[in-house]
Amino acid sequence: MADREGHGYGVILLTFMVAYVLAILPLPPWLQWGRPEWVALTLIYWSIALPERVGIATGLLLGVGLDVLEGAVMGQNALALMVVVALSLVLYQRLRVYSLGQQAGVVFILVAINQLICQWVQNLEGIGAGTLSFLLPAVSSALLWPVVFHLLRGLRRRYRVN
Amino acid sequence: MLDTLYSPLYWAADLPTRMGQWTETHIQSRAQLLEENERLRRENLLQRGRSHQMASLQAENVRLRALLNSTALLRDDVLVAELIGVSPDPERHQLVLNKGQGDGVFVGQPLIDAEGLMGQVVEVGGLNSRALLITDATHSVPIQVNRNGVRAIAEGTGALGSLDIKHVSATTDIQVGDLLVTSGLGGLFPAGYPVAVVKEVERDPGETFARVLAVPSAALDRTRHVLLVFTPHETQDN
Repeated sequence: MADREGHGYGVILLTFMVAYVLAILPLPPWLQWGRPEWVALTLIYWSIALPERVGIATGLLLGVGLDVLEGAVMGQNALALMVVVALSLVLYQRLRVYSLGQQAGVVFILVAINQLICQWVQNLEGIGAGTLSFLLPAVSSALLWPVVFHLLRGLRRRYRVN
Repeated sequence: MLDTLYSPLYWAADLPTRMGQWTETHIQSRAQLLEENERLRRENLLQRGRSHQMASLQAENVRLRALLNSTALLRDDVLVAELIGVSPDPERHQLVLNKGQGDGVFVGQPLIDAEGLMGQVVEVGGLNSRALLITDATHSVPIQVNRNGVRAIAEGTGALGSLDIKHVSATTDIQVGDLLVTSGLGGLFPAGYPVAVVKEVERDPGETFARVLAVPSAALDRTRHVLLVFTPHETQDN
């Protein structure tokens, strides 16, 4: 039993590492505004699937890591991801019975909140976007949600993470 | 410290580009390689010819400066660094370089490419460092017009292709096509590196200052190899 749980943490950690790499993968300039929030997506999935294991503390740790990777103000992504994970922990029982389309709608709102908080911090710094283009990642994240969901659920079932 | 911990992730994110380059260099045909070799040889000859002239010009410059009683220009040392990451946030114009503290990189160190000034180092980790580009909205660089020495400040706009030249009075002699170089004021950037070329000058009688936009000379979004500049007095400080 203990062995299986240890194994499960490895899989979760691996998915977060892949999300990190995707989050800093260089993209052509025209695609840059629409980069999906991979870390937020992965975090939302795991908090719905395993709310007793992935929570606000995970959000904090992941966010600090993302701040370092992006060179953002320390705490920007940590704050945003903590809010996102707190909301999805409130919603997880409803999210589990939703259809994929409905889930994507909620993911859009969660990622939009994430973007909004990041945008607030950046505005304080004086480098805000100025237009609504900072919400594009929410759109692309919602569109990609079904793919991410199936992929991560496949992984979770294959390695029996629970 | 955290930066060092995360550097494997930059390496992983950089892998596709690296593989692309590897295949490009290894799956090139012999004819292509020969052609490239020939071209580089020609280029090299040309550059060497020019650099001979450069030596005599430099000597002349030193003599003239001595006549004018001004200090001698010192040649700057450079360190070649490779780009291993760019900021994923389009609002933040930052690069991650593969040189860090161990290579003597320091905060505030100027960064150039073959065409001009790129920016400055803002964070130094053990193995890599982070640089801010001149086009970032939080970056400014003191410049002067190469043609007549008019001084101004070039501010980043947050767009990769443009710099805002601040506080240029409506009567200042600045024209479209003027080359702007670093003035060396402020002590951070050594003087004389090209920064940008003026693209647009708008003199509105109702405004106190002229609106001047310039295009950065450096290939900010295309370069993979960059040069970190060690100016003599700064290396002594560190």
